[in-house]
Amino acid sequence: MDLFEHQAKELFAEYGVPVPTGKIATTPEEARAIAEEFAAAGTSRVVVKAQVKTGGRGKAGGVKVADSPADAEEKARQILGMDIKGHTVHKVLVEEASAIAQEYYFSFLLDRANRTFLSICSVEGGMEIEEVAANNPDAVAQIPISALAGVDRAKAREIAAAGRLPAEALDGAAELIERLWAVFVDEDALLVEVNPLILTQDGRVVALDGKVTLDDNASFRQAEHEALVDKAAADPLEAKAKEKDLNYVKLDGSVGIIGNGAGLVMSTLDVVAYAGEQYGGQRPANFLDIGGGASAEVMANGMEIVLGDPDVKSVFINVFGGITSGDAVANGIVQAVKLLGDRGETVDRPIVVRLDGNNAEEGRRILNEAAIPVIQQVETMDEAARRAAELAAQGA
Amino acid sequence: MAIWLTENSKVIVQGMTGGEGSKHTARMLRAGTNVVGGVNARKAGQTVTHEGRDLPVFGTVAEAMEQTGADVSVVFVPPKFTKDAVVEAIDAEIPLCVVITEGIPVHDSTWFWKHAVEKGGKTRIIGPNCPGIASPGKSNAGIIPADITSPGRIGLVSKSGTLTYQMMYELRDIGFSTCVGIGGDPVIGTTHIDALEAFQADPETDAIVMIGEIGGDAEERAAAYIEQHVTKPVVGYVAGFTAPEGKTMGHAGAIVSGSSGTAQAKKEALEKVGVRVGKTPSETARLMREIMSA
Repeated sequence: MDLFEHQAKELFAEYGVPVPTGKIATTPEEARAIAEEFAAAGTSRVVVKAQVKTGGRGKAGGVKVADSPADAEEKARQILGMDIKGHTVHKVLVEEASAIAQEYYFSFLLDRANRTFLSICSVEGGMEIEEVAANNPDAVAQIPISALAGVDRAKAREIAAAGRLPAEALDGAAELIERLWAVFVDEDALLVEVNPLILTQDGRVVALDGKVTLDDNASFRQAEHEALVDKAAADPLEAKAKEKDLNYVKLDGSVGIIGNGAGLVMSTLDVVAYAGEQYGGQRPANFLDIGGGASAEVMANGMEIVLGDPDVKSVFINVFGGITSGDAVANGIVQAVKLLGDRGETVDRPIVVRLDGNNAEEGRRILNEAAIPVIQQVETMDEAARRAAELAAQGA
Repeated sequence: MAIWLTENSKVIVQGMTGGEGSKHTARMLRAGTNVVGGVNARKAGQTVTHEGRDLPVFGTVAEAMEQTGADVSVVFVPPKFTKDAVVEAIDAEIPLCVVITEGIPVHDSTWFWKHAVEKGGKTRIIGPNCPGIASPGKSNAGIIPADITSPGRIGLVSKSGTLTYQMMYELRDIGFSTCVGIGGDPVIGTTHIDALEAFQADPETDAIVMIGEIGGDAEERAAAYIEQHVTKPVVGYVAGFTAPEGKTMGHAGAIVSGSSGTAQAKKEALEKVGVRVGKTPSETARLMREIMSA
């Protein structure tokens, strides 16, 4: 899960990482009220920052300086509702403006290839680190971090020095980096990035921005992360699927997909997209992995989610019988159709089923005998994908 | 001979008394695996019976190894306890530890990987979040359905479970020496390259199928390895061409960020070094069939 900038900074503040003071506004009027509070406390200049989970906000015009409460209201009005790389801005962070002397870059992340944590630090910050790395690789230090040894103050100082931070910033940066490591480990983060990390004119080192990705697998020991989920942004079908513990991702096509195993379902999406090319570009409508079990109830839940998508014109159920054998899967499908009927759902769109693997023949026989009008069986994955795409084109 | 798992392998199950562990211990025994016991500190001294076989439960991996001569451990314990279970296996220096458990935090897998390295790399870890390893006709450590294929001379390495099964099934008449599911997590103990190296050295393997998916750059690095070190024919498949950027497709590792990690980039890297890459799983199986019948 990615956090919004303001969530990341709230987390940083809990760990004693210096961040500018700021508050969230969802309307221009709220932005003005926050700026008035700052003005009353002696800070008239504020920054209004779009809260979206994507980079390049500055370039897109999503970050603006305001010199008065009235100006803050106006800037918030410009930014709220703006679209940044497909993300609509629903809230802005109104923050005291910082007197910046220098801008640096800092992050902790996972280095998959080397199966270790990594720290990246550079004296050149404020722009995309990929650009800096391409243009001036010597200015970007990449320091592997042992998960066992972690980062103490000395290691933190070593990182800051390797990133060529100037002497006057080293103490402040080392303290901040040590605390960010605590955020990274204690919160089960996969990424903690500060760009820019700044040296203020009065010599303090402050996290001016914050980007944090948390590991969803750690939810069993990070109960408080649940409160950070942006429920408003979730697709309604994805939210409903999540309630039912289904691994579902909404896509933009017309062929509903149900399969077992993440790799097989990903592969099914590809095969449907290839097959769809000859039918006016039919594409998969979703990713849905019902897992190894494929019980009737899970199948019914899956079918309900997929058929609940009005964009779906045909459904492709692609199951490989491994641990769960083909006859159990077939029975699951038959019962699922019945269950959906009992729930008052009409199964009105064509369903192509491809069953393979353990006991697949018995499974096919069960489906044939059930003679459900909307279900057609096709033996191979490629041909079934073709048929599903064809049916979707006819239904469009 | 197969790789890493043979008819001589003695297997213990960490978490044998739990639901999944229990079910799959029985399945492994039916597949001919020589399961010699289990580990559960709270149930040490007890005996459980599966498929007519009495299996002792030991308090620790070290004790189980000492008493039974076990050289493979399969881990089924829940995510919360997996790190400790794997660390215990590493500390006991068991040669192979297969971690089936899904949903392990990356901080835990990164930790136990580093621990294994610092302990001198005596334990090969497969997984986490993987279906395990099967050498058809010899042994099966994990949850791969062994009966869908037969023994033969193809080696298979894959990030995905069901795609592994699909390939095993499509080529069941030709058969496999060993099938390894390495798992789709961001941090895994055994990589495509490790498996390629072992298959290249295995006299019982003639050709290799490599299945990858979006995310990371393991396939690109495997391609570079193949160019330098693999002389046996390799056929590839990559899943996830239609996966959108930034969305997780089931596997925690299967997420495309920016321009790296795309299926297209992986396919191109593999083709550049002479690996024939199938457009679909079936086409990939056909390519392998051509090689094996040539």
